[in-house]
Amino acid sequence: MTDLSPAAATSGPEQQIDEWRARMLARPGVAPEDVDELEDHLRGHLGALEALGLTPEEAFLVAIRRVGAQHAIAADLAREHSGRLWKQYVGADGERPGQNRASVLPMLGFAVLGGLAVKIPVGYAVRSESGSADTALFAAVLALAAVATAYLAWRRRPPVPGVVGAIALALGVFGLTQVLYPVTAPGHTRLLALLHLPLALGVLLGAVYLGRDWRDLDRRLDYVRFLGEVVIYYVLIALGGGVLMGLTVGVFSAVGLAPEPWIQEWVLPLGVGGAVVVAAWLVEAKKGVVENMAPVLSLVFTPLFTLLLLAFLGALLATGRMVDPDRDVLIVVDLVLVVVLGLVLFSVSARPAGAPPGWFDRLQFLLVVVALVIDVVVLVAMAGRIGEYGASPNKLAALGENLVLAGNLVGSAWLSFGFLRGRRPFAAVERWQCRYLPVVGVWAALVVLAFPPVFGFR
Amino acid sequence: MKVGKDLVAASAAPLVLGILAEGDNYGYAIIQRVSRLSSGQLEWSEGLLYPLLHRLERLGQVESIWGTAESGRRRKYYRITTQGRAALAEQRRAWRAVDATLEALSQTLQHLVRPIRELGSPT
Repeated sequence: MTDLSPAAATSGPEQQIDEWRARMLARPGVAPEDVDELEDHLRGHLGALEALGLTPEEAFLVAIRRVGAQHAIAADLAREHSGRLWKQYVGADGERPGQNRASVLPMLGFAVLGGLAVKIPVGYAVRSESGSADTALFAAVLALAAVATAYLAWRRRPPVPGVVGAIALALGVFGLTQVLYPVTAPGHTRLLALLHLPLALGVLLGAVYLGRDWRDLDRRLDYVRFLGEVVIYYVLIALGGGVLMGLTVGVFSAVGLAPEPWIQEWVLPLGVGGAVVVAAWLVEAKKGVVENMAPVLSLVFTPLFTLLLLAFLGALLATGRMVDPDRDVLIVVDLVLVVVLGLVLFSVSARPAGAPPGWFDRLQFLLVVVALVIDVVVLVAMAGRIGEYGASPNKLAALGENLVLAGNLVGSAWLSFGFLRGRRPFAAVERWQCRYLPVVGVWAALVVLAFPPVFGFR
Repeated sequence: MKVGKDLVAASAAPLVLGILAEGDNYGYAIIQRVSRLSSGQLEWSEGLLYPLLHRLERLGQVESIWGTAESGRRRKYYRITTQGRAALAEQRRAWRAVDATLEALSQTLQHLVRPIRELGSPT
């Protein structure tokens, strides 16, 4: 077996070498350095053969045979570097390790800024004891978003001034609400604003990530992927950080010192902020790892969440709480549905392009449909409660959330159904999710900006 | 006559180290040199050489330097380390021991065979 495609036989040797390189790089356990080395070897053969009087095309055919079948040599290399198979080389996607190393120092700078973005507002609130905790958190989230914007703009050189300016403006507007809106008890709308702010910012930051391509629906999926991977890395870093802090406390307590206040005041806020930048950097530096992980995660959790939702629907029916679910039930259901939406989005972004419909797509369709049924039940119950007891900011926020979710789920279910019947490409589902992103962002921004004045800052 | 696969694999490390002991070299030239030195009896595949070079590098017996070829492209050169020279000396001793044993065996055979031959052939 040769590794030549029919197209390669008709194009020039240089192009053939490029194609050979690309296929070699795609093999697991092969680092860019190895391909450089093998290319040099291939060129050695080419030179010798051409010196014997072969044409470049003939020389290429013979040389490629001599270098050996790609899968064989890749397997030999992978056996020597078995570690690479699960921890891919830094910069496995064509980037040289040096480039990544060069980005480490600036990244650390941004990470320190991110840490300070959390540390300063939180520390100020703790010290003054007058400022409310949610204002401090609001400020911390905004400052962190500003650092993230700067970092992403720096990564995606050249930054698009219009996009960065618009985001700076949006951050400023969000910040002004904290200055202008009065602080009143019990502060329901403030808490809602704080909860929705990260959601709005998450969608907004997509514009910096995508730069000029922010209108391009297909590129938006890249941002979804990026965001999902940042979350995975963040959770991993947080777990490691938790273990580290726990051990620090243990070690110092053992010698009679109490490091808890110091950890709470410094390590925790700096870590929480800095890890955001580090996670974003890791996603780009080690793309190969998570690309392997995302499909596995969605494969594991889609069936489990489908089971959860089915069981929950059964429980609602069996206990009869379906008719009048109380507040706690509604909150939990909302959380579950948000996670389901995230899972669907994540699976969509991790799905191999162009694959025909399979059992997993059917399962995901089932998940979406069950989620939709639950969502409708909850919506009806909520509408009933609002009709009976009147509207409150919390109820309206929850109602809006469910409507936004229902809209997404209806679209997903309809398009997935079309895909399963073979009437639509899967790209239709992807595009729907991408098109829907701004809806989520706008709704979240609305809760942050408009809810407090509308409800008299309750 | 071709040397068998197992023997090729077993002898590859000392040969690579021996070639690098002459001076820094790169993959393609190492294969050429082995082929020429053995008059074509040792044919190495790339799948043998490069993993071997990488393993020797991991073991610290050789180190690699990225240089430029005459064509101006990047080329990876390998250099033997002190540790590599020690390993080479050791493996040479081992191969000599094997060689000497084989030699001694054929000598003993000769000693045994000659008297029998002489008995069998009336002169």
